[in-house]
Amino acid sequence: MLIKKGSALTYADVTPRSIYLNRRQFLYRVGIVGALATLGSEIRRTILRAETVFAESSFSNLVRSPYSTTEKQSSFNDVSHYNNFYEFGTDKSDPAKNAQKFKTSPWVVSVEGEVKNPRKYSLDDLQKLAPLEERIYRHRCVERWSIVVPWIGYSLSVLLKQFEPTPKAKYVAFQSFFDSAQMPQAKYGGIDFPYVEGLRIDEAMNPLALLCFGMYGNSLPPQDGAPVRLVIPWKYGYKSIKSIVKIRFQEKEPPTTWNRYSSSEYGFYSNVNPNVDHPRWSQARERRLGEIFTRPTVIFNGYGDQVASLYNGMDLKKFH
Amino acid sequence: MRQAFRAQAILSSKWTKVVVFLLCLTPFLMLIYRALTGNLGINPVETLQHTTGDWTLRFLILTLCITPLRKTLHQPEFIRFRRMLGLFAFFYVCLHFLTYLGPDQSFSLSGMWLDIAKRPFITVGFLAFLLLIPLAVTSTAGWIRRLGGKRWAQLHRLIYAGAILGVVHYDWLVKSNKIRPLAYGAILTVLLIWRVGYFAKTRPQKTAESLPPAPA
Repeated sequence: MLIKKGSALTYADVTPRSIYLNRRQFLYRVGIVGALATLGSEIRRTILRAETVFAESSFSNLVRSPYSTTEKQSSFNDVSHYNNFYEFGTDKSDPAKNAQKFKTSPWVVSVEGEVKNPRKYSLDDLQKLAPLEERIYRHRCVERWSIVVPWIGYSLSVLLKQFEPTPKAKYVAFQSFFDSAQMPQAKYGGIDFPYVEGLRIDEAMNPLALLCFGMYGNSLPPQDGAPVRLVIPWKYGYKSIKSIVKIRFQEKEPPTTWNRYSSSEYGFYSNVNPNVDHPRWSQARERRLGEIFTRPTVIFNGYGDQVASLYNGMDLKKFH
Repeated sequence: MRQAFRAQAILSSKWTKVVVFLLCLTPFLMLIYRALTGNLGINPVETLQHTTGDWTLRFLILTLCITPLRKTLHQPEFIRFRRMLGLFAFFYVCLHFLTYLGPDQSFSLSGMWLDIAKRPFITVGFLAFLLLIPLAVTSTAGWIRRLGGKRWAQLHRLIYAGAILGVVHYDWLVKSNKIRPLAYGAILTVLLIWRVGYFAKTRPQKTAESLPPAPA
């Protein structure tokens, strides 16, 4: 088996690497500052890291993916401390604080709906379906910030191909775990839970759509959607649903959480598109975390070669 | 009675003014300190934008608290702090604007105008900023004299519109958890309703000439 579980590598072993990555990140970020600043930041980050405790396992023998970008990766600290996961609070720093006791084991993912052979998977079974790959993707949030993350997983299509959909099946719906006892901050979120998302089947079958179990060599931290999430790199971040418990083939376009909250602002497709603005703000540019100035946003987040054909002949403004 | 007298002594002390000034400057000094120690968080630009925006709204609200405090506590000396609080609101809105013009628009005025014309949340924010400029310019004794107390007071009612637009700007930025913008909105509503009630009560008894010069 390619998956090595419960290895001798402990959480403490990873720390120096990410701190090292942070230092470069940091210099980028606050160019005005000298040695004093570095010192202060290092101390703070060390404290921050020490506070964060979650069960982590590491993956080895990861397959390198041709879909990976060579762009500079965001730091692990940034990706794990700047999260939108409204079940655990709406401030970017909330999930890292509030999700640490999130119980992700045992975990069951149920695949159901318009299929001849519905079944339930344990996390273990799910991870063993295919060799795990590392895919370094750009990730663009609808709020105009972006990151580059080395995710770990395999194409969602691998899982979906295990099923025989009925002729009715046109869409795939996804549902996140929800438990108000474990997620008391969810009541301030302003959106309905459990969080739901959806894709057209051909979108879900595109090899770029990733069923994701980890990042930066380890399993996903709870605030990043442990233990299993989607990563749909050509769509705005909220399409990449976290902590999945249910996958459902269905005939009708599934409701999606943000679309239900405000359909004029968040469409079903939500493809990254600099030419279609959010009604209240422009999507033409984005800020890569760690940078001061913004950069232009690229249509389909730069994945047009792989996905543009999915939307041939579609009015991308109407189906935003 | 003695307590009221003591309160008045504190309010009119020049040292109180110095202390209030330093307090008003503290959020700015804190930001500088956090920037120098690398403590602005993972998205430092966003932290600067949100913090300066928050303090602008807080200072607008504090400025609008002065008149109700003067009247309900019968402490006219509160007036000594109004201009300073208002100018601090302007100071923070200028910083807020710079964090937008610089990092977001790369100091490109053409890009900024496009954004302002197209984006309602930017439009109302920019409008609020514009409304505060004449108030800051005419905050001196010289300008009060030049305009005359009554006209000056009328002009300075623009702060009501500025504060309302500022809260709308915040509300339109937030995605779904509206608690904070609504809290600002609620406080502002109370302060504005108080004014409606107060001036409705006092106006019929007075002629235009005897109105206090600065009912902002």
